[in-house]
Amino acid sequence: MLAKAPTLEWPALEAAFDILCPMHLRLTETGHIVHVAPTLKKLRPDVDLTGMRFLEMFRLDRPRSITTMSELMSRARSKLHLELREAPCTALKGVLVRLPKGQGALVNLSFGISVVEGVQDFGLSSADFAATDLAIEMLYLVEAKSAAMDASRNLNQRLQGAKLAAEEQAATDTLTGLKNRRAADQILETALLEDRAFTLMQLDLDFFKAVNDSKGHAAGDRVLQEVAKIMRAETRKGDVISRVVGDEFMILIEGSAAKDRLKDIASRLIRGIEQPIKFEGETCHISASIGIARRVLGDWRDMDALMQCSDRALYASKSKGRACATFDEDL
Amino acid sequence: MHGLINKAVEAFVHDTYGADAWRNIACRAELEDPSFEAMMVYDTVITPRVIECATEALGVDRGDFLQNLGTYLVSQPSQQAVRRLLRFGGVDFVDFLYSLDDLHDRARLAVADLFLPKLELREHTLNQFSLTVRSDIDGFGHVLIGLLTAMADDYGALVMVEYGGRQGEVETIAIALLETAFVAGNRFELGARA
Repeated sequence: MLAKAPTLEWPALEAAFDILCPMHLRLTETGHIVHVAPTLKKLRPDVDLTGMRFLEMFRLDRPRSITTMSELMSRARSKLHLELREAPCTALKGVLVRLPKGQGALVNLSFGISVVEGVQDFGLSSADFAATDLAIEMLYLVEAKSAAMDASRNLNQRLQGAKLAAEEQAATDTLTGLKNRRAADQILETALLEDRAFTLMQLDLDFFKAVNDSKGHAAGDRVLQEVAKIMRAETRKGDVISRVVGDEFMILIEGSAAKDRLKDIASRLIRGIEQPIKFEGETCHISASIGIARRVLGDWRDMDALMQCSDRALYASKSKGRACATFDEDL
Repeated sequence: MHGLINKAVEAFVHDTYGADAWRNIACRAELEDPSFEAMMVYDTVITPRVIECATEALGVDRGDFLQNLGTYLVSQPSQQAVRRLLRFGGVDFVDFLYSLDDLHDRARLAVADLFLPKLELREHTLNQFSLTVRSDIDGFGHVLIGLLTAMADDYGALVMVEYGGRQGEVETIAIALLETAFVAGNRFELGARA
């Protein structure tokens, strides 16, 4: 004959459950709380929860339709999302199991993903979690990863700063491979200092903004690269081509070139730039306006004055209807 | 060696002996950049070279230098992250000692390319332990002595920690736990707000 196992009394069982599941509750069949495990008590230290109704303390977030105890009992064993009705309304996860013979139910709760706020809001320590609970490991990881992430972000920011500084120091425009404004200014300055004869061409793209706006920045970038290619092809090796800003370029042609030759270069540049540029199955049409200022030996003009002259010529080209070149000396 | 380790040495010297002392050491050690990047990996020869240059320049004993580094890592307010991450290891000092076995793996969970020395705790009696430290840095055990002593303080435990020497790559540390709760230790809030 089998010896009948001695029946365990609730106090003994609950003492065991308090260690295994320190965030559990025992409910009566009608949903009244009869026992609250120690960690759960810390969520409402000033209130005695026993005797209160479970659904008065907690609101079901999912399944949302549950408002009565009998509905809750019917969702035994499935995952529940709930939160405390009063602030701090910490979100909790839970599961309910029914006890046999109408003896009510046990509900075990956990912080789930809100564990970080949970331990902060209620000042919990390791001892408040079951030894098998991964909450502490999770908190460790959250903290370790944020520390590592902070250090990485720090490094990234400094690298970004260094990159910007390096770009500022650089003489090349990274998109087109042409000289940048900084380098162009230096070359111009030297040419003036050495009192050399040269021609300054300012070239602005026409209709570039339309390409950028309608076909996107990638198309715009492609157009700028093509234009750079054309300008390199139409000038000589010693000439300096720079992208000043956006769609504005400057060409410094060395020596005292004849007006006809300069006219010829300008029209070849415009014709080249007007060739349709293909980009991802689309065709981009642009043109260019040019302003030309020639510098002869002994010229009194400084850099600013010279650039004002070429600028004036450029605006004259634009007001003539674009796609043409104008000499400052003809104005 | 991981930048985090080199950065720790740099921070220790900088905070303890001053910026000039560190610049001098960085110069002696012929560092390309006197400031280490925590999240970069450096050649393994650099760390021992920096330690050697530091002890020479400062005229301090190597063991003492490394032990003070260990203490600094736990007790310096600017290095709070280290203390906190170590405190996650255990509820009390003994629990913490047992967590040292996992330190190597725990560190790698946080920073995948950070390889800390492998530690192994042996329990001889209820309050007598020994810790073996496997590291290619000679004297890393001294860092641990400083670190363990400071952690014991943090937990409020009274301990005696002694260096047991080095054989090959393995160093041994003897730990005698005199009292687990000698004084009330520092508080450890699981969810410290930044």
